[in-house]
Amino acid sequence: MNSNYAIEARGLSKHFGDLKAVSELDLNVPRGQIYGFLGPNGSGKSTTIRMLCGLLTPTEGSATVLGTEVPGDSHELKPKIGYMTQKFSLFGDMTVFENLQFIGEIYSFPKADRPARIDNLLERYNLVPQRKQLAGTMSGGQKQRLALACAVFHRPSLLLLDEPTSAVDPQSRRDFWSNLFRLAGEGTTILVSTHYMDEAERCHRLAILDHGVKVADGTPQELQEQTGMHIVEVVGDDPYAAQAAIDDMPEVASVTQLGVRLRVLIPQHIDAPIELVEIALQKQGLAATVHTTHATLEDVFVAVTLPSQESRK
Amino acid sequence: MRSLSRILAIIKKEVRQLRRDRLTFGMIVGLPIIQMLLFGYAINTDVRNLKTAVADQAQTHLSRQFVAGLGQSQVANIIESVASARDLEDRLRRGEISIGVLIPPDFDRRVADRSRSAVHLLVDGSDPTILGVANKLRSMPLSYDSSMRSRPGPDIVEVRPYYNPERRTPVNIIPGLAGVILTMTMILFTAVAIVRERERGNLELLINTPVSSAELMIGKVIPYIVIGMLQLALILGVGKLLFDVPVRGSVVDLYLCACAFVAANLSLGLLISTAAKTQFQAMQMMVFVLLPSILLSGFMFPFDGMPVFAQYIGEALPNTHFIRLSRGIMLRDASIGELLPDLYYLIGFALVAMTLAALRFSKRLD
Repeated sequence: MNSNYAIEARGLSKHFGDLKAVSELDLNVPRGQIYGFLGPNGSGKSTTIRMLCGLLTPTEGSATVLGTEVPGDSHELKPKIGYMTQKFSLFGDMTVFENLQFIGEIYSFPKADRPARIDNLLERYNLVPQRKQLAGTMSGGQKQRLALACAVFHRPSLLLLDEPTSAVDPQSRRDFWSNLFRLAGEGTTILVSTHYMDEAERCHRLAILDHGVKVADGTPQELQEQTGMHIVEVVGDDPYAAQAAIDDMPEVASVTQLGVRLRVLIPQHIDAPIELVEIALQKQGLAATVHTTHATLEDVFVAVTLPSQESRK
Repeated sequence: MRSLSRILAIIKKEVRQLRRDRLTFGMIVGLPIIQMLLFGYAINTDVRNLKTAVADQAQTHLSRQFVAGLGQSQVANIIESVASARDLEDRLRRGEISIGVLIPPDFDRRVADRSRSAVHLLVDGSDPTILGVANKLRSMPLSYDSSMRSRPGPDIVEVRPYYNPERRTPVNIIPGLAGVILTMTMILFTAVAIVRERERGNLELLINTPVSSAELMIGKVIPYIVIGMLQLALILGVGKLLFDVPVRGSVVDLYLCACAFVAANLSLGLLISTAAKTQFQAMQMMVFVLLPSILLSGFMFPFDGMPVFAQYIGEALPNTHFIRLSRGIMLRDASIGELLPDLYYLIGFALVAMTLAALRFSKRLD
């Protein structure tokens, strides 16, 4: 328990038949931080979260979650963690108040403090007007706030959130994240999975998962500084033709079009990347300005998932 | 203490959800009433008023007396008089009548002679019930010799029906129907209980809370035991009101037995629920229990008359034992002490099924 980490995973693996959903995952999640899992669908984010809260038994490896061994007796772990499922999992045919009341009862929250806690959560998560509304009839954002309120009812020290913002609008997402920061500020460790780059960028630390393998791990700044790529931006009149001219060059790792701009990733061991691109464009008679720039998280994501894309080609 | 409050939380939640689920709520009240009206009024094994046509080719005093006697029996409702056997066959084939009575021209001589049958009954034998009735008609007194004519003598064999002197079907049907209704509704409620939460995603939330498998199972069963008791009250009430079906024994005994029976059904439903992947699958599995519970429990056909292997299946079903208990207590004024083996079976069944369900229900997803 004296560890600085809320979660320490060692070689965590989960296989479903031949499918290796998660392969030998090592993970250190520091206490009191927001730790992000970034990855496309099917990259093993949900499977990892489910293993960490004891819902799935790892095929290999183990983890220490809040001092409790996983796999092991998850019964003593349950009261200490809060879990928000990907799909809305509260009772649609009960009101907001009734759902909160049920959660309070099932977690044996002290009876005398329950009404005050419920009022406090309704206030904090902006659900006072919905108090008597059936949960199933609420909007995506309201459902998500209720789910968060229920997940934190018993004041867990670790919060596991499985793609919590996949069904809500941008404004709700912003509000949701400010709630998460507030919880982290109060000392809660939060593990959140997402496939949104802007959300990943907000995390204190983050791991990028690709086909069950952790391909990058660090703070967003570290990851952006350590892509191992030159980021070359090309701005021209005919980005489509320019892309065709650059795409097949052996030195170019990846080309992505963003409006009139192209983002070209070129491995760092190659010298003079700007000149390389300019010459290729001139050969085709294309006019464009070429300059290097800083990596965004999207560039990081593209760079670290390249090897697995290459191998599937 | 914490365990108890968690069970209470589950019970409260179940009742809340049930109150808002109008279809299920309606089923609790509607299903027993509909079933009782159906079985009580429509299903009647004491057949009366079978449509009958008569071809009286004798047209003597004696033959007319015979036809009148047939009409008075109420079994046959004589709707038509025709000329020939051919006419009777036509009507029989077209389904206009169930019985054709052919009285040959030499009826009087045949009655006196007794070497040949005096009357032919042409019967729609495709329905065994009607055939059975016709067989009974055969034993009607046909010996109209002059001394007996004014004073029809008693049958050689007299039937004296115990417990149901009026020979009314509902008296036999309702105690058994109570078992069938409780089997149907109780298994249905719990069979979908876990699967529905799995389908709606609620289960992933529940298994992440400190609630244990046993707490969840017990919390889900208790509200339905109460509902089962209410249904039984409804069945007994409607049975008394509409069909005058008595409860001759102790009502307390009956409720004690019903409690064990309901618990057995609910536990079986939970067991189904832990095995099924979808609500549809749970329904399919339920049919496998429901059908034998109707056909092999002694509800439809006398248990002792069934083939031995069918009796083995019947013995395994809770409904078989409950029907023995309910008929014993309601109709024969039997005390619970005389029926203990059946009660013990129900209690044992409930405990085993409940334990299996709790063991099978894993708090994991894999």
